[in-house]
Amino acid sequence: MAINWNAFWEWANPRKFMWWTDRALPYFAVLAAVIFTSGLVWGFFFTPDDYRQGATVKIFYIHVPSAMMAINIWAMMLVASLIWIVRRHHVSALAAKSAAAIGMTMTLIALFTGAIWGKPMWGTYWEWDPRLTSFLILLLFYLGYMALWEAIDNPDTAADLTSVLCLVGSVFAILSRYAVLFWNQGLHQGASLSMDAEENVADVYWYPALVAIVGFVLLFVTLVLLRTRTEIRARRLHALEMRERAQQ
Amino acid sequence: MIRLFWRDITLAFRSGGGFGLGLGFFLILVTLVPFGVGPNGEMLSAIAPGILWVGALLACLLSLDRIFALDFEDGSLDLLATAPIPLEGVVAMKAFAHWITTGLPLVIAAPALGLLLHLDSAAYRWLIVTLLIGTPALSFIGAFGAALTVGLKRGGLLLSLLVLPLYIPTLIFGAEVVRRGAGGFLVGTPLAMQAGITAGAVALLPFAAAAAIRVALR
Repeated sequence: MAINWNAFWEWANPRKFMWWTDRALPYFAVLAAVIFTSGLVWGFFFTPDDYRQGATVKIFYIHVPSAMMAINIWAMMLVASLIWIVRRHHVSALAAKSAAAIGMTMTLIALFTGAIWGKPMWGTYWEWDPRLTSFLILLLFYLGYMALWEAIDNPDTAADLTSVLCLVGSVFAILSRYAVLFWNQGLHQGASLSMDAEENVADVYWYPALVAIVGFVLLFVTLVLLRTRTEIRARRLHALEMRERAQQ
Repeated sequence: MIRLFWRDITLAFRSGGGFGLGLGFFLILVTLVPFGVGPNGEMLSAIAPGILWVGALLACLLSLDRIFALDFEDGSLDLLATAPIPLEGVVAMKAFAHWITTGLPLVIAAPALGLLLHLDSAAYRWLIVTLLIGTPALSFIGAFGAALTVGLKRGGLLLSLLVLPLYIPTLIFGAEVVRRGAGGFLVGTPLAMQAGITAGAVALLPFAAAAAIRVALR
């Protein structure tokens, strides 16, 4: 069966977007709350302590999902920016704008929980490990992107320029990731502090983590829909004000 | 386009053009570092590659907003955009002129400043080579950042926030080459990576910058 793509794009019409999000949002919100809470409760209270890390291992259920979201939200912003550049759907640009603040928060959560976890495990809050450094750089990219949105008054100009920044920034973010890997392997050999958790974590820890990840994704969807609705309303308000001023 | 290039160079050299500003900044930065970390020669020579590269990067940043801002204010950017030459070419020429007036003096001055920081004698060659290869990338990435912020009232600080993260790969590979050169290691890989970044930035970023300028002039 051929998919009717035109019908698909119709859902991005601001009015239709407002219509369906108004109905879908409560379901997303409830589902996000239930799965998010159950993932964390399962992880915090119903899993055994790790034999070496003790109870500190439980920060895993916040640290890993937030770190995954931090990267994936940037990817979502990239897709939204591309849609804005190609098809000029306003909702798409506003969704990218709304996602940026959430992505930055996720990056901060990942960095902070990592620091809290790092102190008892590695004996330090911060280490210039490739992964940690990459996240700090990702935070800078988020900050720059948001600052550019804030700095420009005209919303369409802002959407255009931030989209271009997002595209170029993505290339440089990937470049930085590999440059950082190279940089730390360059002269300082040292013990590798990064952990490929997915490979060696036991199922007892893995299932609640999976639930927590789904919870984080749903939380993100809920928040981004909510914030995009707010942006659309703000845009409408702005348009109304302009019209009123023009009539006077 | 050649004439545009010479126009930018001439404007930069005239009084108030900001030529030498970056160079002076570079000198001051390198002078300040020993006051900050102490006159210990061994320590200075250990951090010299990094300091020289960070200094060159900041000095380059200092003059970025001049690439388009003055032309935007007096309207010549509008004329250039409607001129019968591609805007991408205008951007490339302006970025190249910026490199001639900012990057190249830094490359020439860097060995003298390396002397102040007790840079290892084996590293001088690589310092010059890597700055020569890397600073064009700084100018072209900077031109992109300047294009993004061209119409803004207080674009200066925002410009640094946007451009500095984009400078990270260039800085990493540049400083790595000098550090390896000082230690007598092979420098081929980071040098090739940096040359790749420069080639990519010179080839592709004028298109992104021109797109941003078209939006700003709309």
